[in-house]
Amino acid sequence: MARVKIDNYAVAAAPRLGVRGWLRWGWRQVTSMRVALILLLLLAVGAIPGSILPQSPREAVKAAEFVKDNGWLGQFLEKAGFLDVYGSAWFTAIYVLLFVSLIGCIIPRCIAHFRAMRAPLAAAPSRLDRYRPRAAGEASDAPAHAVGRAIAELRPRAGWLGAITGYRYRVDERTKHGETQLALAAEKGHIRELGNLLFHVSIVGILCSVAFGAAFIYRGQAIIVEGRSFTNSVVAYDTFSSGRLFNENSLEPFTLRLDTFHAQFSLTGRPEDFAADVTLNRPGKDPEQSTIRVNSPLGVNGANIYLQGNGYAPDLTFTDAAGNVAYAGPTVFIPKDSAYTSTGVVKVPDVTSGDQIGLKATLYPTAIGEGTDFQSLHPDPTNPVIVFTVYTGDLGLDNGVPQNVYKLDETHLSPVHDADGEQAAFAIAPGETVDLPNGLGSLTWIDTPRYAAFDIRADPSLPFLLFFAICALSGLALSLFGARRRIWIIATYGGADEAVTLLSGAALTQPHDLAKATAELERAMAAARGAQPPEEEEL
Amino acid sequence: MTAQAISVAALWGATILYAVAMIAYAIRLAREADARVQSRRAVQLKEAAPAQASGASVGSVAVATPASGTPLSTNPAPTVVKMSRTATKALGIARSATLVGFILNGIGVLARGIEAGHVPWSDMYEYAISGSFVAVGVFLLVQRKRDVTFLGAGVTGMATIAMGLGLTVLYGAAESLPPALQSMWLIIHVSIATICSGIFAVAFIVTALQLIKDYRDSGTPRTAWARGRGLKFMEAVPRPDVLEALAFRLIAVGFVLWTFTVMAGAIWAEHAWGRYWGWDPKEVWSFIIWVFYAAYLHARTTQGWAGRKSAYLALVGFGALLVNFTLVNFVFQGLHTYAQGK
Repeated sequence: MARVKIDNYAVAAAPRLGVRGWLRWGWRQVTSMRVALILLLLLAVGAIPGSILPQSPREAVKAAEFVKDNGWLGQFLEKAGFLDVYGSAWFTAIYVLLFVSLIGCIIPRCIAHFRAMRAPLAAAPSRLDRYRPRAAGEASDAPAHAVGRAIAELRPRAGWLGAITGYRYRVDERTKHGETQLALAAEKGHIRELGNLLFHVSIVGILCSVAFGAAFIYRGQAIIVEGRSFTNSVVAYDTFSSGRLFNENSLEPFTLRLDTFHAQFSLTGRPEDFAADVTLNRPGKDPEQSTIRVNSPLGVNGANIYLQGNGYAPDLTFTDAAGNVAYAGPTVFIPKDSAYTSTGVVKVPDVTSGDQIGLKATLYPTAIGEGTDFQSLHPDPTNPVIVFTVYTGDLGLDNGVPQNVYKLDETHLSPVHDADGEQAAFAIAPGETVDLPNGLGSLTWIDTPRYAAFDIRADPSLPFLLFFAICALSGLALSLFGARRRIWIIATYGGADEAVTLLSGAALTQPHDLAKATAELERAMAAARGAQPPEEEEL
Repeated sequence: MTAQAISVAALWGATILYAVAMIAYAIRLAREADARVQSRRAVQLKEAAPAQASGASVGSVAVATPASGTPLSTNPAPTVVKMSRTATKALGIARSATLVGFILNGIGVLARGIEAGHVPWSDMYEYAISGSFVAVGVFLLVQRKRDVTFLGAGVTGMATIAMGLGLTVLYGAAESLPPALQSMWLIIHVSIATICSGIFAVAFIVTALQLIKDYRDSGTPRTAWARGRGLKFMEAVPRPDVLEALAFRLIAVGFVLWTFTVMAGAIWAEHAWGRYWGWDPKEVWSFIIWVFYAAYLHARTTQGWAGRKSAYLALVGFGALLVNFTLVNFVFQGLHTYAQGK
């Protein structure tokens, strides 16, 4: 830990710090434990607003609404990065400083520890009486024998490896306070510092892996209707995002076909099981069939396919006034509640003549109600009904601006009214055809296949993350449960004719290890005395 | 009798027994404090009496060994304090009520698991009853190694509150697991999280006692509240440094397990949601808890922070844990919406 030294102008003779001095001072501040602690607390407190305010990367719509609804406060919070806390400059600054502090702290510690592990052991202190726990005793034979027995009891191992796995020791024959003594110093527990360093290095490793992953990742969402296929290419995705260093050629070539989708619900409508039976086609390989569930993604050469959502995609056909099929195919409806009341949009730009046509539709899988006023009781398609309204005019597809396929842009559309002048609503069941007023055409509902929404994601950093996470966890356990423990025994001739050996011993350790160290000291002392050592106590 | 009826009956039984144990532990604590104060007075009197009798003290006066010397082990040599019969009886009642309550709690949790057909920690109610079970279990485990009777009232009190709230407010009928929770990670991730909560809860009580004791011992006018009559029971509580060592050991275990919880959660999130970290409110608060306890571990070895400041960090860490369990489930929007129960 760096000690703070301030340029003291009050002392005239003191040299000024200068640029290098100030730099060194700054570096010492950053790498000091005090600053690291403050940064840690800032990190914790700074993370809080991200859980309270809507965050634009996760909920873009909500965040935008929040800004709109809160006037200047919303504006301010957005500008100050509170609506994207974890990507904001100040949050980044906190963790970057924290990591700088961490790296600045652990590199010197690594070097120091490497040296300490290779350095010879320090001799036992000449006076043991200021250490606790302490013990004393007598042996009836020579000091060398007593010390020898203590060494044997401590099960020492040689070299620096011994410092990790067991006791290292040294014995000095020396004269202190006018008497010849044999001093044993035994030490173990470099593993504590080693674990500590391993943990901190692994934390840096995790951060590097995250950065590496963010650069090479790709992720996309694709909706596949039962019986249809998806080809893994950027254009086939509904949404697609990738890291800065991602290369389109690195997309794994495959086609995925959704054979059937099973959705099982309890009587009360709680989801019980979702399973997507898929067929995977890879170039040069036989088609493989498998099942993707919520908790079991399908892995394809480094990419994973996750089941993220599902719903109904009613197969609808629109026949225009001239009798030509202007629109046909499964239309994805997005579930809005737990009973799968879903909304969808049909856009018919290519009518033979006249205005373009748009339909706004709501699907009720288990419909109850009458006329066009329904409610869904259960997510299963027991009594499916679609209620829709019709619009005519310009869908706005031709101006080149990308449009939300699940929303109708009503700016150039006008609703179709019924005889009473109300907006006309129509109810339709599977297998039925409904004729639209004013000879606009007709809509036929053929079938109700399900669809599944998949996330396809390849993050090359995952194995590294797992590796560093395991290292961090083991390092943490070693550093918190290990202890650096030193045991000293000093043996001198004593008694009237120096026929006995006087023994004094002491141990030094961390407070949490005191009980164990005491037991070990007692064991070593008992061995030195020549008595039967007490049973090793498990604590 | 159905598993559901057995579960609820056993849990109510456990709640009542925990409440009984809490009262008995409190009585014991108060009596022990009285006895300690009295025995200390007796020692002072004994020291003073011979000195007065012989006029000037001659070498023969037996001076009681001062308690200031660092003890050999973390357990200071127990001062022989004579307990009243009430105190002994109260301890007996407290111990047996805790043990039987713990067993009933276990039966209740097990029966809930059988009723639901999955591990009993998938919603808030189940988390509350399992968490109480672990907290009392941690207390009993520590009790086997060293005398931590002074923790009894706090631990059983917290368990009573958690179980009572669980049975009255949080209760929800057992439901089948939604697909998102159908994973072996539910068993691993949530069980370790529950165990952590139990450990951190016990550590929280130890730390709170440590702070009060520290203020009580400090003797400055600003901390006079800590010497008030209401806190007389603190006389039966060990020294702050002993409590600090105990709290550290608990938090060290808890912190390693919490690290594991967060990592296991990330692995599960990767499997279920296709990303290992997404700053979901539950993830954010798990991270905040982790950072606070990490700060505690650093602070207790930093000059100027060790002692009271680090203890406050440990308390804040547990506060964050409570926020993660309550506010995050009820108020914030997130993916961890399993919790509402109903």
